[in-house]
Amino acid sequence: MAALIKQRRVVTESAPSPEGEVLRLEPTDDPASVVGKLDRVARVEVNFPKFGDGRGFSVGRLLRERYGYKGELRAVGHITRDHLFFMESVGFDAFELREGEDPHEALAAFNDFSESYQASPARPQPLFRRRAQ
Amino acid sequence: MYIYDEIDQRLVDERVRQFRGQTERFLAGKLSEEEFRALRLRNGLYIQRYAPMLRIAIPYGLLSTKQLRKLAEITRKYDRGYGHFSTRQNMQLNWPKLEQVPDILAELATVQMHAIQTSGNSFRNITTDHFAGVARDEIVDSFVWCEIIRQWSTFHPEFSFLPRKFKIALNGGRSDRAAVAVHDIGLHAIKDERGEIGFKVLVGGGLGRTPMIGVVIREFLPWRHLLTYLEAILRVYNRYGRRDNIHKARIKILVKERGADKFREEVEAEWAQIKDGPATLILEELARVAARFTRPSYERLPNLDLAAIAIPGFGAWAKRNVHPHKVSGYAAVTLSLKKTGVPPGDVTAEQMEAIADLADRYSFGELRVSHEQNLVLADVRQSDLVTVWREARQLGLATPNLGLLTNIIACPGGDFCALANAKSIPVAEAIQRRFDDLDYLHDIGELDLNISGCMNACGHHHIGHIGILGVDKNGEEWYQIEIGGNQGEIRPGTKAALGKVIGPSFARAQVPDVIERLIECYLERRDSDVERFVDVVHRIGIEPFKERVYGSTDQAATRRHRERAVA
Repeated sequence: MAALIKQRRVVTESAPSPEGEVLRLEPTDDPASVVGKLDRVARVEVNFPKFGDGRGFSVGRLLRERYGYKGELRAVGHITRDHLFFMESVGFDAFELREGEDPHEALAAFNDFSESYQASPARPQPLFRRRAQ
Repeated sequence: MYIYDEIDQRLVDERVRQFRGQTERFLAGKLSEEEFRALRLRNGLYIQRYAPMLRIAIPYGLLSTKQLRKLAEITRKYDRGYGHFSTRQNMQLNWPKLEQVPDILAELATVQMHAIQTSGNSFRNITTDHFAGVARDEIVDSFVWCEIIRQWSTFHPEFSFLPRKFKIALNGGRSDRAAVAVHDIGLHAIKDERGEIGFKVLVGGGLGRTPMIGVVIREFLPWRHLLTYLEAILRVYNRYGRRDNIHKARIKILVKERGADKFREEVEAEWAQIKDGPATLILEELARVAARFTRPSYERLPNLDLAAIAIPGFGAWAKRNVHPHKVSGYAAVTLSLKKTGVPPGDVTAEQMEAIADLADRYSFGELRVSHEQNLVLADVRQSDLVTVWREARQLGLATPNLGLLTNIIACPGGDFCALANAKSIPVAEAIQRRFDDLDYLHDIGELDLNISGCMNACGHHHIGHIGILGVDKNGEEWYQIEIGGNQGEIRPGTKAALGKVIGPSFARAQVPDVIERLIECYLERRDSDVERFVDVVHRIGIEPFKERVYGSTDQAATRRHRERAVA
């Protein structure tokens, strides 16, 4: 079973979630099409089928920023520690790491960077507005 | 120079630490080749034909002498004592060791430099006009805007894994000296009738194997909306750009497949959702960024009449390599890295230090890298020009060929690059040797000759007035020739254009002959010496040139033979 990080903690998921409670989005899925379901799901999973496939970053951000999703947003697929900082910035809070990735070592990656220039769900004001304050 | 604040510096330092960790994980077998490849590329590290290649970012081509001296030091300590300035205003080292790259990055960080996103499927270095801030036709100081975009595009959390590389160019003057039409996004600064600053936005231009001229998707974007509009374009691209085929993954293919109108609609619809949001720019930020740039403290000086300086050799150099400046009594000077026999854009550590000395003494300690692979001293007192010329000449940097045929743009080619089909440097040298008569060169007038060693087009051959492309024919190096390309509207009415192939390719030894025939054809057909080679191609088409090259092979061979006999 793949290692799981939730809210910056390594966790083990004992039982699989019940059917119907997990909404899984592929990178080609339009998050706008699931808006009506968002307040009823246990979590939303966004699949990253390849290391370099960045479509899910837009999907995650839209879910949080535009469609107001507040529940667990889990990145699944080919996830390494090198994705974590960016994924967390765009709104993911759970990460199913690819086989072989040590989740305890991976936790350090949330601190790869201490700042971001851009506005994102994690930092709604871009750095230039915070600098101006 | 933009001077980092504490946060800018911290992010660069954190990147060094991150990449050191990634390199160690790779060497320890914890990262696969494929994963590390994606990570090292976004730090500019390629695995090349003979060794890794490290591409160091020179944001919008602006460099301080302190940085140049550090680059010289790095090439000595970690490489073979020279570097290569690329057409994207960066510097490339051809012989670093993989395990030493984190140390190189750490050294770069001490002078506010890095290799962030100089390769890989990410935002690349923002390029601009090398006369930014000093040009007489300036609309905005493009450096300030480039720095704002640099920050926005650095470690963008949503757009760090794009379908393919992404190149933005911004032009701040009336003339387009940044080739904005051949970039993924081209931004051309304009002022509207009320004097408000904004940008004309072009999307989907590019060179490479499917060259295209960008389409205008917005005639006027008020400056406040710059970042939200870029974000809208990028979101459409990130979500819908093709990822199934690397050769169809650039935004130009998406624009083409969607059609410009449909693409524009999608961008505008996305933009409508984020317009006026938090990423909307504010005046305070413009002022903050502008204030972090060092500015020359100009003296009040009269303009001099350079034509009156009667020193042999100076006039030709002043005519080609000295450029007008918006401040009276000053001029911009191009130091040519195109001396015959030297690979275009190559510079040794000793030259770098000597150039840094020149820039310290005569140009406020700063210089620029041009996309034509030369260096520019942007703020030279006119009264110092003769001295600068003498010193540059001693350093081999005063070849008076700016804008002329021998100012060849060339990629490193098959001598260094694993992708190349053919060598480009020896071809450049052979052409430079053929056209070594300065009077003849000046008579031919302005001509951009660009060479790429393969269809990835790093030498920008599609937009050379004459473009040469290395091709592979059964394992042999051959060269295809295009004419009529144009990098942009440098003169009013001369729009960006892609060259047309004149016919079957040539062996390397034939290339100088072919160029010579093209030039002869031009000289016979031009109306006056104001009409450039490219203007004649656009007026009469490529047929007469084709005929001259392919129709008279025998005659030309006889003629060359005769010439050699005379020589």
